Amino acid sequence: MKLRRSMLFLPGANAAMLSTAFVYKPDSIMFDLEDAVSLREKDAARLLVFHALQNPAYADIETVVRINPLNTPFGLQDLEAVVRAGVDIVRLPKTDSAADVHELESHVERIERECGREVGSTKLMAAIESASGVVNALSIATSSCRMIGIALAGFDYVMDMQTERGDGTELFYARCAVLHAARVAKIDAFDVVYSDVNDEEGFLKEVELIRRLGFNGKSLINPRQIELLHNAYAPSEDDVDYAQRVIAAADKAEKEGLGVIALNGKMIDAPIVDHAKRVLQKAQASGVRK
Amino acid sequence: MKIVKEAVAGTLESSDLLVKVAPLADDKVDLVIESEVMRQFGAQIRKVVEETLRQLGVRSGQIVIEDKGALDCAIRARVQTAVLRGAECKEMNWSALS
Repeated sequence: MKLRRSMLFLPGANAAMLSTAFVYKPDSIMFDLEDAVSLREKDAARLLVFHALQNPAYADIETVVRINPLNTPFGLQDLEAVVRAGVDIVRLPKTDSAADVHELESHVERIERECGREVGSTKLMAAIESASGVVNALSIATSSCRMIGIALAGFDYVMDMQTERGDGTELFYARCAVLHAARVAKIDAFDVVYSDVNDEEGFLKEVELIRRLGFNGKSLINPRQIELLHNAYAPSEDDVDYAQRVIAAADKAEKEGLGVIALNGKMIDAPIVDHAKRVLQKAQASGVRK
Repeated sequence: MKIVKEAVAGTLESSDLLVKVAPLADDKVDLVIESEVMRQFGAQIRKVVEETLRQLGVRSGQIVIEDKGALDCAIRARVQTAVLRGAECKEMNWSALS
């Protein structure tokens, strides 16, 4: 089971962070070539990320690169570098429609052929940052078999909606739209960054909300948030205990040839058994909540 | 690749390095390396820098490096950035930069 709870942002131009970030063990590391890099350092960041991706220290961790938009002078050069360097996933910013993904995909396929990389091995994800992107979330999510996920980017979205970040009400529709699109497409959904790294209580409150909504995980801007997030996403001991009893009851019913499964007098159906299996898989992958 | 103007890449932050390049009239590479970890890793740093310059086809120029404990991948990236800036190179040959 591939967990994508935490996607840690790293500024692509920061050599020190690129040299050490793997020690924090997020589920995915996202090297940023876009907003975190000044215009005059775009070339330097691209080369740093190109070499970091080939560093053996990153061999066991999923790598993502946020490239610049393809309609800028930097986007295509970023793509040439990172696909050749073996990035796992390319994150396209400011995705407004499926056509944006199709354009990206055609370039990725050409580069894969040119450099001898297996065609289809570079996966994609789209960042939804506008009202258009949210309205088109389903067609974006289903636009390519390379897509592994879609992410909501809060700051640009609320600007486009002519509002501001608050208690989460301003993101409610967008979160639900992105999440539903991801579930229809059977890909992962990632929530926005929580920018106040000193507000642990606020961070955990937001994590609890998005976990209950059904998001796979969250983009992070500070390594301190990783452990908090992973712990919040781990199943509780009670969840694990109940899941084990559901699976045991299902196994017993199957052995006895019973069509109906009962646990403590309550009927258990297939979705509950599937959920119990997922809880146990998560517990095996991430441990039990502390 | 010919260095035609002065150029700089990198920083003096820990785990990074600053690379300065400049054209030289002579057909030689004048390489100066300073590092906080010269005693332990000086030979490795020099090897990575020389290999990177060779890959880029640099045969002439002054290269000054102040290393603050950077990994090999950062050294390669910073040297390449400085040389490409100094050579005013716009077209990248990625297979030659690996």
